Amino acid sequence: MTAKLTLGPVLFNWKPETLRDFYFRIADEAPVDTVHVGEVVCSKRTPFFEPYIASVVERLHAAGKEVVLSSLALIMSEREMAAARDLASDADLLVEANDISVAAITAGRPFVAGALLNVYNEGTLATLESMGAIRVCLPAELSGDAIAALATAAKSEIEIQAFGRLPLAISARCYAARARQLTKDACQYVCADDPDGMEVETLDEIPFLAVNGTQTMSSHYMDLLPDLVSLRARGVSRFRLWPQNVDMVAVSALFRAVLDGRMAVAEAEDRLAGLCPGVQFANGYVHGRAGHLFVEDDE
Amino acid sequence: MTTAQPAPAPLTRPELVCPAGTPAALKSAIDAGADCVYVGFRDETNARNFPGLNFNRRELAEGIEYAHGKGAKVLVAVNTFPRAGQPEIWHRAVADCDELKADAVILADIGLIDHAARHHPNLRLHLSVQAAASNPDAIRFYADRYGIKRVVLPRVLTVQEIAEVNARIAPIETEVFVFGGLCVMAEGRCALSSYATGQSPNINGACSPASDVRYTETNEGITSELGGFTINKFAHTEPAGYPTLCKGRFIANDKASYLFEEPTSLNTLAILPDLIRAGVTAFKIEGRQRGRAYVAAVVGAFRQGVDAVLAGKSLPDIDLDRITEGGKQTTGAYEKAWR
Repeated sequence: MTAKLTLGPVLFNWKPETLRDFYFRIADEAPVDTVHVGEVVCSKRTPFFEPYIASVVERLHAAGKEVVLSSLALIMSEREMAAARDLASDADLLVEANDISVAAITAGRPFVAGALLNVYNEGTLATLESMGAIRVCLPAELSGDAIAALATAAKSEIEIQAFGRLPLAISARCYAARARQLTKDACQYVCADDPDGMEVETLDEIPFLAVNGTQTMSSHYMDLLPDLVSLRARGVSRFRLWPQNVDMVAVSALFRAVLDGRMAVAEAEDRLAGLCPGVQFANGYVHGRAGHLFVEDDE
Repeated sequence: MTTAQPAPAPLTRPELVCPAGTPAALKSAIDAGADCVYVGFRDETNARNFPGLNFNRRELAEGIEYAHGKGAKVLVAVNTFPRAGQPEIWHRAVADCDELKADAVILADIGLIDHAARHHPNLRLHLSVQAAASNPDAIRFYADRYGIKRVVLPRVLTVQEIAEVNARIAPIETEVFVFGGLCVMAEGRCALSSYATGQSPNINGACSPASDVRYTETNEGITSELGGFTINKFAHTEPAGYPTLCKGRFIANDKASYLFEEPTSLNTLAILPDLIRAGVTAFKIEGRQRGRAYVAAVVGAFRQGVDAVLAGKSLPDIDLDRITEGGKQTTGAYEKAWR
């Protein structure tokens, strides 16, 4: 069986109508199997997209996509927990748990263990599976060897992060606000100014990280096009594409074409670079190296 | 209608949980008034896996004997995430803690906690800060499923939120950091270090590891680098601080700043009464990588502080500037404005 493609949740603060139209186009045109919807980073953003969720889910379902509702990553208040309970009570849709509390409250129903849970070994994987995880998206920093060991042990589907800025850290503090001398409570939703995240450079003006509100991400975009076939052979069932403010329909088509053997990696790489002007790519983690590196071939 | 104000609950005396990176520091901490010390083995099973630090099995046995002789406890951190396919050294570490009669083991990984609960039912389990259990449902998950007795709270909650969590999870105990190095990200959920260097707290037990640090002398001063990335630049007149990734200066929106946090240390001496009233069971001092002098000074200060609050006296005015990072101090996430 061929590997599937998942479109991860949009981690950035896009305008609600932009986000709705994005999902409509994904539904109509993108060769992805599963689409995640929901706010992962900041609960202050949640209300704006809520009015559109039903129509987005309907459109995605009509197009034959599986829809998964993603939870917040860092739950710190009763209000946020109540929202997670609402999410988990939706019997019709799979929920992605990005905080262990969400996995716990699904109470034996099937769920997806999200990329922001710490699944590093077979023991944790087995525990989550016993709780109902049918799919596990592994943390970004795992090596190919660790991924292969987990895929071998898994009863669930193993998914890994294959495209886009990597979510590297989450905090109570909002750095988008702090960079503008604001506090999180009075943030004026300034994270919306950066639909791909706020670029963070070193003092030598070298691209390094990106800030998405309370989340810190990689500057470089993960790009596993060169590694898809070998990782598939090592047992990975699914590849996750994190939405960026680029033509995600075209990006997903490249990943699909390489997985299906219809396009050479070199050509797909050229096209991906064209779709993401000015972006640097990385795949170091799956080669057991620093995450920012791009490794052409294991020597 | 008026209601009578409930009488304030009597204050519970929190335990002081102090770092010991070496047997000498263990003795210093206990002699300075620590109720508990926490230690780790000399390998990647704990989150302070630094050269020249930590305990072998014989040293741990001796440390436990010394502590128990003085009425103090020893907690052992086995708080990294076992490698897929190779959990043996983590399992061995937990088994040794049980055999050597450590008072508790501090764990972060669900799989390892599951293993410990199955194979070492009499070993007391604490949940490491690296597990980032930030809400009552997460905490109850570990307590209901595995019998975790205490949770070290991630440094994301305000004092008010900590009080609310305590009210909802009793009798599960909470432990909070009161002093020392300060993660600004939710602990155990940060891959910044491995992104720059390939070494991470979760996998290798090291953040911003010394092996990847370089200082370069330029005409303007000194540049500190981590994994080849510039983390900060210092004039010749400034001391060049250690390039911990999240305490560096970076450029965003054309402006250079300490984007995440300044080089600073957590110091909660001034808000100890609030933390005690929030119902916290144990106060934790960070710094297993620090020397005996640090341990003795900080433990002594917090011993005086806790004892003063419990006795209803005013807080002692103790200057810890000389041992804080960059001489700067913060109460971090405990006060809402920090966010």
